[in-house]
Amino acid sequence: MPKYMLIWRTIDEEKQNAAMADIPFEQMLETMGKLNDELIKSGVVLAMEGLDPEEHTVVTYADGEQPVVTDGPYGETKELFGGFYLLSVASKQEAVEWAKRLTYFPGSAVEVRRVPTIDEFPQDNPWIQKELEWRTKNGQL
Amino acid sequence: MSDATRAVEAIWRIESARIVGALARFTGDFALAEDAAQEALAEALVSWPEHGRPANPTGWLMTTAKRRAIDTIRRAGVQREKYAAIAHDQDEAYDDDVDVERIDDDILALMFVSCHPVLSKEARVALTLRVVGGLSSEEIARAFLVPVATIQARITRAKKTIAAAQVPFEAPPPDERRERLPGVLSVLYLIFTEGSTATSGDELIRTDLAREARRLTRVLIGVLPEEPEAYGLLALMELTASRFPARIDASGDPILLEDQDRTRWDRGAIKRGMAALEQATPRGLGPYGLQAAIAGTHAVAESVEQTDWERIIVLYEALGRIAPNPIVDLNRAVAVAMAHGPLPALELVDRLADDKRLDHTHLLPTVRGELLRRLGRSAEARKELERAAEMCTNDRERVVLRQKIAELT
Repeated sequence: MPKYMLIWRTIDEEKQNAAMADIPFEQMLETMGKLNDELIKSGVVLAMEGLDPEEHTVVTYADGEQPVVTDGPYGETKELFGGFYLLSVASKQEAVEWAKRLTYFPGSAVEVRRVPTIDEFPQDNPWIQKELEWRTKNGQL
Repeated sequence: MSDATRAVEAIWRIESARIVGALARFTGDFALAEDAAQEALAEALVSWPEHGRPANPTGWLMTTAKRRAIDTIRRAGVQREKYAAIAHDQDEAYDDDVDVERIDDDILALMFVSCHPVLSKEARVALTLRVVGGLSSEEIARAFLVPVATIQARITRAKKTIAAAQVPFEAPPPDERRERLPGVLSVLYLIFTEGSTATSGDELIRTDLAREARRLTRVLIGVLPEEPEAYGLLALMELTASRFPARIDASGDPILLEDQDRTRWDRGAIKRGMAALEQATPRGLGPYGLQAAIAGTHAVAESVEQTDWERIIVLYEALGRIAPNPIVDLNRAVAVAMAHGPLPALELVDRLADDKRLDHTHLLPTVRGELLRRLGRSAEARKELERAAEMCTNDRERVVLRQKIAELT
């Protein structure tokens, strides 16, 4: 049962901000709402969440001995993670087709990633066993 | 298969129900709509890999299917009014702002027509997977281990039957809908059970089919959100599927519930199942809801010993009252054995043995053999388990039975 995560990213902030500035908020909600409704009604959505914009973002990054903490998005990379969908679909291609529909703001990108199952990791590893135990008690997506 | 071909198939999975639904509404002719949609799909499979994918794939498919429908009507030279209805907007660009409620109605109609009582069970299953699920005849044939020609013939015959019975393309009115909904749910459940336990062959779980059954049930709930039993069915499917990762061992043999590694159960599926079960309760649980409640009782138990078997007995009793079935009674006997030991359970099973409806399945001798084994009556247990192994049509289940026989002392 393949699961795919569709990850919303901002790859060109200026372009995206400019595009979004032109779109009234109501219209943005309408565009997203319609697509979400379509996804839900297609029966493929397992989970979806959106994230706060960049002004609320804190990043800690590894650069030397101590992690460096900065406000705002990722400095150099400028790839803000904006939200995700977890889909249960028949194939990777189907996930890609949904991703295409979700790619509607200029300057944004949608990344399609397969979600491996815990079975794919070495089962005799104690950390994997610990994780399994946690999942048993707390659940997972 | 090329990427372009795979892309056509993926889009078809997403869009086919809408396209067939809209065409059937335009033409009032379900068979014609399905044929035209299939022609459009066939054209896309040739044209897109060669000329590239159109800017608006859904619009392309819809327009092409409409044209094919018009060609057919024109060739037939009759049904002028149908032609007028559909030709008038044939060249209109595909409208992206399609009316959501109209699509919902189309999909609901599609489900009820595909699951219409004039059709055989096999035809309902094939037609639902084809028109609502967007699966090809090849995919359906592969899932059900039958030749492609069989599925094609089944679908062709089903369409003729619907035309001959003059089944209108519409969801039944609310009062009739309540009556016919169980028929739709049973088709979805059949697809799921075929996916969760192959009735023959060596593949125990065909998860694709079980996944598709859950998707279609969510589609149904999307257009019919007020039906508790639809949620009950979804809950049952999710909770059953949550055990899939633990159900077979490395060599592909089935692992019994009591021996399953519960850390492998899919907690996400359990959560979704329990959430759906809550939606199923407002007016008291129906047959699917009760089965889901039983599965849910297992799902939340940390072990076999800590399972609330008394609750399971009560749920099976309730299920036996609203949907009398000897298999339910047999399962209740198993729960009784867990709660109160093998002897009272054996009494229940012996009473069931007279029920001719259980003659065709290996389940009764399987359970009886197991109870006798626990009571230390090995010779009788051996006889029953051997009978069960002979009757069992699933290779993997038979392996487990043979192993039990070998372990008898």
